[in-house]
Amino acid sequence: MAGAAGQNQALPTGMKWPADQMLRDVRAELFKVRNARDTVVGIASRTAARDGSGEIIDWVLHLPARGSMFVNMRPEALKGGFRRGELQAGSREFAPLSGLMSERWVPNTSGDADAPTGRIELLTTYIRRQEAP
Amino acid sequence: MMKYLIALFLGLLVGAAIFVIGLIYNPFNADSGLSPLSITDSEIMALSFSAVPSEAIVFTNDGDSRVKPFPEKVQQLWEAPIRLSSVMATVMRDARGQTAGIGIKFSSRSERTRLLRGEAIIDSAWYIYLPGRGSLFIEQSENHWEFLRDVIFPAYRSSANSWKGAWLGDLTAGPGALRTAAVTGGTGSLRGLKMEAVESLSARAYSVGNGPVAAEGRLLIELPRAPQGSEGESSDD
Repeated sequence: MAGAAGQNQALPTGMKWPADQMLRDVRAELFKVRNARDTVVGIASRTAARDGSGEIIDWVLHLPARGSMFVNMRPEALKGGFRRGELQAGSREFAPLSGLMSERWVPNTSGDADAPTGRIELLTTYIRRQEAP
Repeated sequence: MMKYLIALFLGLLVGAAIFVIGLIYNPFNADSGLSPLSITDSEIMALSFSAVPSEAIVFTNDGDSRVKPFPEKVQQLWEAPIRLSSVMATVMRDARGQTAGIGIKFSSRSERTRLLRGEAIIDSAWYIYLPGRGSLFIEQSENHWEFLRDVIFPAYRSSANSWKGAWLGDLTAGPGALRTAAVTGGTGSLRGLKMEAVESLSARAYSVGNGPVAAEGRLLIELPRAPQGSEGESSDD
């Protein structure tokens, strides 16, 4: 699902993005998350918005029976098309972790007519936070 | 021989009926009681949303469940690891009913469900973006047992396969010790704040075929106390 005000065609067909002016600069996308073996392991949202405090890009990854992660990305893209962000909070097995996540657009070069135009690659690096004595 | 088989069959039937009645009306399963946020003196942010999937921006699940994905052509979560999950994107409204932002909720049936103890657990996470204020992440486990017992079972028992009435209850059951959800502020003025929240549901109609027909969800978020000397500032929610 990808929705944003003024977008020519919202996905999926039939979805109506709220016309409210307040959500004019908000774009939300939902994804299935695949692991390195290309197996679906979870679902995720990526929300991009612009307001008085600047551009916001937030990810939430939800892996059933494992927990969820909330990552706030730095809006500026780094060399190589990367964007990097910090794990702000997590639940269950991700609750005691802190770390970084990067996102990168990887175009599809397979040439298959039915293939999507590309995918977003997420790389997470985290460590267990030391608990206060 | 036949009379023993009939007796066995009737015994199993009566046993199953007693088990189901005992499960639903188990006197040892206490109701969750009063939400701790309803008696707090801290500032509260109230956000509401429609709990009817067809009134959401988008709702999807495995596609075989009682509640159907919306809109019809949305991709379904049919793969085994996410088959017991759902995701909903919806408009969040403030206490005056005005649009306050957008909310995305991920829910998964939990392996920690214990029906004998009155625990039908859903693990869920909310992402909420409030333009002008910032973003929030809410993680919680929800107990839907009271909703199952008071709304869904009666709907199944009804000859019309539906339920109508007025049901209001808190869904949040943790991870906070006082049955509260953990809230983390992500961006804007909410950045870095650690808060607590409670999600509740108000249902007026439920259909076995379509799920909630008239229902509204509400999130009460307890904002941190303002530091001394800044009492003049207040939330407009």
